[in-house]
Amino acid sequence: MRRLDRTTAVLLGALVALLALGPVLPKWAVFLVTVALAKGLVALGLLVLMRAGLVSFGQGLYYALGAYAAGMTVQALGVGDAVPMLLLGTAVAAGAAGLLGLLLARYRTIFFAMLSLAFSMILYGLLVKSSALGSTDGFNVVPRTVLGLAASRGGIYGLAVICCFAAALGVHLLLGSPLGRLAPAIRDNELRVEYMGASVRNAVHLFVVLAAALAGLGGGITALAVGHIDPEMAYWTTSGEFVFVAILSGTGSPLAPFAGAILLELLRSFAYEYSPNTWQMVIGGAMLLVILFLPAGLWSVFARRRRAA
Amino acid sequence: MGDLLAVVVDGLIYSSWLFVIAAGLTIIYGVMRILNMAHGSLYALGAYAAASLVGVWMRGGQPPFGTYLLLVAAALLVGLVMGPLVERGLLRFTYGRDEVVMVLVTYALFLVLEDVIKLIWGVESYFVTEPYGLLGTFELGPLSYPVYSGVLVLAAVVVGLGLRWGIYGTRYGKLLVAVIHDREMAAALGIDVRRVFLVTFTLGTTLAALGGALTAPTVSVVPGMGVEVIVLAFAVVVIGGMGSMQGAALGSLIVGVVRSAAVHYLPQVELFSIYLVMALVLAFRPRGLFVAPEARKI
Repeated sequence: MRRLDRTTAVLLGALVALLALGPVLPKWAVFLVTVALAKGLVALGLLVLMRAGLVSFGQGLYYALGAYAAGMTVQALGVGDAVPMLLLGTAVAAGAAGLLGLLLARYRTIFFAMLSLAFSMILYGLLVKSSALGSTDGFNVVPRTVLGLAASRGGIYGLAVICCFAAALGVHLLLGSPLGRLAPAIRDNELRVEYMGASVRNAVHLFVVLAAALAGLGGGITALAVGHIDPEMAYWTTSGEFVFVAILSGTGSPLAPFAGAILLELLRSFAYEYSPNTWQMVIGGAMLLVILFLPAGLWSVFARRRRAA
Repeated sequence: MGDLLAVVVDGLIYSSWLFVIAAGLTIIYGVMRILNMAHGSLYALGAYAAASLVGVWMRGGQPPFGTYLLLVAAALLVGLVMGPLVERGLLRFTYGRDEVVMVLVTYALFLVLEDVIKLIWGVESYFVTEPYGLLGTFELGPLSYPVYSGVLVLAAVVVGLGLRWGIYGTRYGKLLVAVIHDREMAAALGIDVRRVFLVTFTLGTTLAALGGALTAPTVSVVPGMGVEVIVLAFAVVVIGGMGSMQGAALGSLIVGVVRSAAVHYLPQVELFSIYLVMALVLAFRPRGLFVAPEARKI
């Protein structure tokens, strides 16, 4: 049997640790970690895009689509189990990206960022005006069961941890595959990638869909954990936060976005607790410090130490 | 017929307001390649500064017509303080980084400034009614408009012509154009690019603050007023072509008229009509209406 590589081993360790911690953690921490993991999933999708040199300022689009699709599963279809809710959320987000990707895959740099921003703001505008979906108030999403068992905070937490493990492992395997290795090559020089015979557009399209699927899954998990969804999920500030998490974490490892997201949620909770009027300032300040002093993200601290050892 | 007139006039007023803000955003992008997310906060700062100055002035029992000068003074004050402060204190450490990273730097700055505003002015709303109330209204066919809206349009025209003259008619403006086209070559020819950056950012900040100061009399000045403005100004600048002044003018007109048409005929689509136009323009002219496509680099 092939030996486990370091990242897979760490991921497995994190899976076991998070599942074991579940029953021990206080309620607020379970909630915080669940929401952070959901946001980490979106940031994980951005990591894939960023490897290819693309930054989307509109991941809120897929995040909100995933959440609303999950919500509609209960509301319209009457299916109350968490798993089909998440599956549908992911599928809807991926489907939307499959269509939009036809256009997005032709764009790079700031234009890619702006076009995705425009798409997410269109959805925001639609959601705000659609009274059937609760306009600006959104609506409540209450799952009845998780895999047939009665829904609980802990059940949703466990489901979130397992989803994140699967996603992180999948992304890790993808990044090591020939397709994944195309990403940095595309960032460095697209034209040469095409000379080698690979299709840059198809690869980018696939990355866009993958990132959207992860964002949709994240949105679904958020809907389950928070129990409420509203159009803010598609607003540009939400998307900005995801980019922040992705940059904060760096593109070094598929584990980094989750660590970054948990760190951000902790920072936000404590900043909100201790200085309710200036928590945005604390976050903005932290962000500036990371960008100025750790250009490759927080993960680079670990990576550097490992290289030095 | 009256409807159409209303759409055009409302659109024009809205465009004027947008143009002043978008002009600042586009000039900063054109010269410095920074898409400034903090632009909305600087706009809000301008509005708050105007509210405070006018408040102090009126409490002092000064002649109310002086408030128009105060609006401009507030914009200059914010521009001349915040421009150099942000450029020298923060942005210069990040030059040479990726454009998207710069978006994030200014996003962080936006978060910080939003709270700075709350710390200084608190969370209650401010009203500056004098400049608006003083002028009364005028009739345009069946419609009645506040004269102050005319002042807004006039201000936008003055800003537009002033920028045009400043960029194409003066020596300094020509240096600016040189930096826009090729930063390294300009530096090699002896242009002090650092100073051009400082001046540009200060100018852009002043325009954002001017947009805010001029709007202050027509709205209530509240926390978070800058958040929506940022994406609107982005839409304008992206439609026109980032870094192009004519683009900002045309972009503002398009966004202004589309929005007012949506408000009059189909209010449900007001919010996303603008972004729909932005997405459409990007789909057919990825670099905006006024910017030529760039050759692929090998």
